[in-house]
Amino acid sequence: MLGNLIQQTVNALTIGAIYALIALGYTMVYGVLRMINFAHGEMFMLGAYVAFLLLSMLIGDVGAAGAIALTGAFVVAIFVVGIIGVGIERVAYKPLRNSTRLAPMLSSLGVSLSLVTGIQILAGPQPVAFPSFFPSVRYEVLGGTVSSVQIGILVAAFALMFGLHFLVNRSRIGIIVRAVSESRPTAQLLGINVNGAISMVFFVGPLLGAAGGILYASYYGIMSPTMGAVIGLKAFTAAILGGIGSIPGAMLGAFILAFVEVGGTALLPVVTHGVLGTEYRDVLSFAILILVLLVRPAGILGEAVSEESIVYKREF
Amino acid sequence: MSVAETLTAARPRSGRTVSFLFLAIAITLIVATPFLPNYYVRVINSLLIYILLGIGLNIVIGYAGLLDLGFVAFYAVGAYSYALLASPQLDLHWPFLLILLVAACLGAATGILLGIPVLRLRGDYLAIVTLGFGEIIRIIINNMDWLTGGPKGIPRLDKASILGIQVARPIDFFWLLLVTVLVVGMLVWRLERSILGKAWAAIREDQDAARGIGINTTNAKLAAFATSATIGSIAGAIFAASQRFVSPESFTLQESVLIVLMIVIGGIGNILGIVAGAAILMLLPEVLREFAEWRILFLGLLMIFLIIVRPAGIVPRSFGPDKLIRRLFGK
Repeated sequence: MLGNLIQQTVNALTIGAIYALIALGYTMVYGVLRMINFAHGEMFMLGAYVAFLLLSMLIGDVGAAGAIALTGAFVVAIFVVGIIGVGIERVAYKPLRNSTRLAPMLSSLGVSLSLVTGIQILAGPQPVAFPSFFPSVRYEVLGGTVSSVQIGILVAAFALMFGLHFLVNRSRIGIIVRAVSESRPTAQLLGINVNGAISMVFFVGPLLGAAGGILYASYYGIMSPTMGAVIGLKAFTAAILGGIGSIPGAMLGAFILAFVEVGGTALLPVVTHGVLGTEYRDVLSFAILILVLLVRPAGILGEAVSEESIVYKREF
Repeated sequence: MSVAETLTAARPRSGRTVSFLFLAIAITLIVATPFLPNYYVRVINSLLIYILLGIGLNIVIGYAGLLDLGFVAFYAVGAYSYALLASPQLDLHWPFLLILLVAACLGAATGILLGIPVLRLRGDYLAIVTLGFGEIIRIIINNMDWLTGGPKGIPRLDKASILGIQVARPIDFFWLLLVTVLVVGMLVWRLERSILGKAWAAIREDQDAARGIGINTTNAKLAAFATSATIGSIAGAIFAASQRFVSPESFTLQESVLIVLMIVIGGIGNILGIVAGAAILMLLPEVLREFAEWRILFLGLLMIFLIIVRPAGIVPRSFGPDKLIRRLFGK
């Protein structure tokens, strides 16, 4: 029982850490642009594909890659996806900055569709086996099994999140991004490089998302062009749950969602006597999403935004 | 006055030519369809179903200005209504018209069911909740094996018949769909110009001002959701009857996005735009058949391009059916 509890806790932490990495991208973009980036889930997918491409270019046999090659591919891949993210913002969202509120969202739907089909054309629609980025050792902890892959994911994810925390709260770039996020017109009046801040967000967000994608693919040993869709939606739920626009909120929301999901998956069949099986896990996440939006749209850590404080923009 | 409006006003002659071209293509297509091979009739049928779906979704997106990304749920409600009431699955074999009525009512009920909780939400939040709603419906259908057959779907649906006349061949469905599209299109167009349509426009332009001048925004929004869902559901029932098979695969998120794409490319809030958007989205893949995989990529890029370059769509809102008629018949 205790072993099971420990094992499920570690499972939830692992998944939560990956959700958090993606949720951060949603929340940061929403913070500066008040826009839901539907293409963000695709950054997660691109991360895995770019890393895989780098590995297969570097060494023919991806499965036999060494520690240095894997670390190198990880770092280069997330930076490449970050740059792709900046490029996408320039091409698809920047021209729409003064357009209606929904225009960039529709554009991001187009970006998402293009990226998924683009990868399907280049790499084929079928799922591909993904190499593990960590040596696979299993440890017995008080009767539960914890794998080294999970520990590796937790370490990598937390390192990235601490890096982000430092960047946002302790660096000059962070101050600029926070200023733009608080009020774009005021930041502009103060002579802050708003475009630079937005580019920064579109670099860091996809970078973290890509890291999440690589970790996820190496956790499950598989990647596919459509892997970003559902995970993206879950991470978005996490961002809303924690309070969209809030960086600590996104992390908190991600871990809460992961625990509810893992707990729900374990308990649903027991509580409902097998009427609702584990396959309803996703329904649970979406139900949480809808419930939060209805009951407390500002989320757990988000500030309640009054109607007046939003710069009025037409929806269409 | 938008740029497009100025342009059309400056060139009445070319506007008239375009209008005649539009009408000529439509008439030729309708007259020629009975002589086309079955394959092409099926393509045209799916075009008509998408036009119907577009007209339905456009009420919520184009008229009331609410981005609904879960429209496919209503389409699924209609399709599964037919599948359950006219197949060996539950051993029910109801007549087609009765099922159409049931599907319309169920659709409206689902629309209101979704509408009530999301009334307070706007813009992006609304998009996400409707998206989640659509996914929930799909997952439930996918997992309720005892009722919906799960991922395998429901096969061997009854052949539809209307008042004793069997509707089974693709060409029969072509006529059925054509009449449905014309009737629904006409009704919705009248609805847009009714007092309710004006209330929707007011909500779209400025919700607070709309409330200020005494519009009951709650009821108007619910009416938009219910009408839109009813049309989606009717389209679903006809779709199921023509395929004689339903499975959850037809009701994915991508389908919802495709219908939104169609409206955006064609022209938000304009029935003529929807026809144009549907034609591009359905016929382009047929023309580009050799480039099978590339066409969706192309559509995605086209969507980004059009939103940036021509946000009002190919046929702007100002060029509605009334303008087409005026262009064609004088003044």
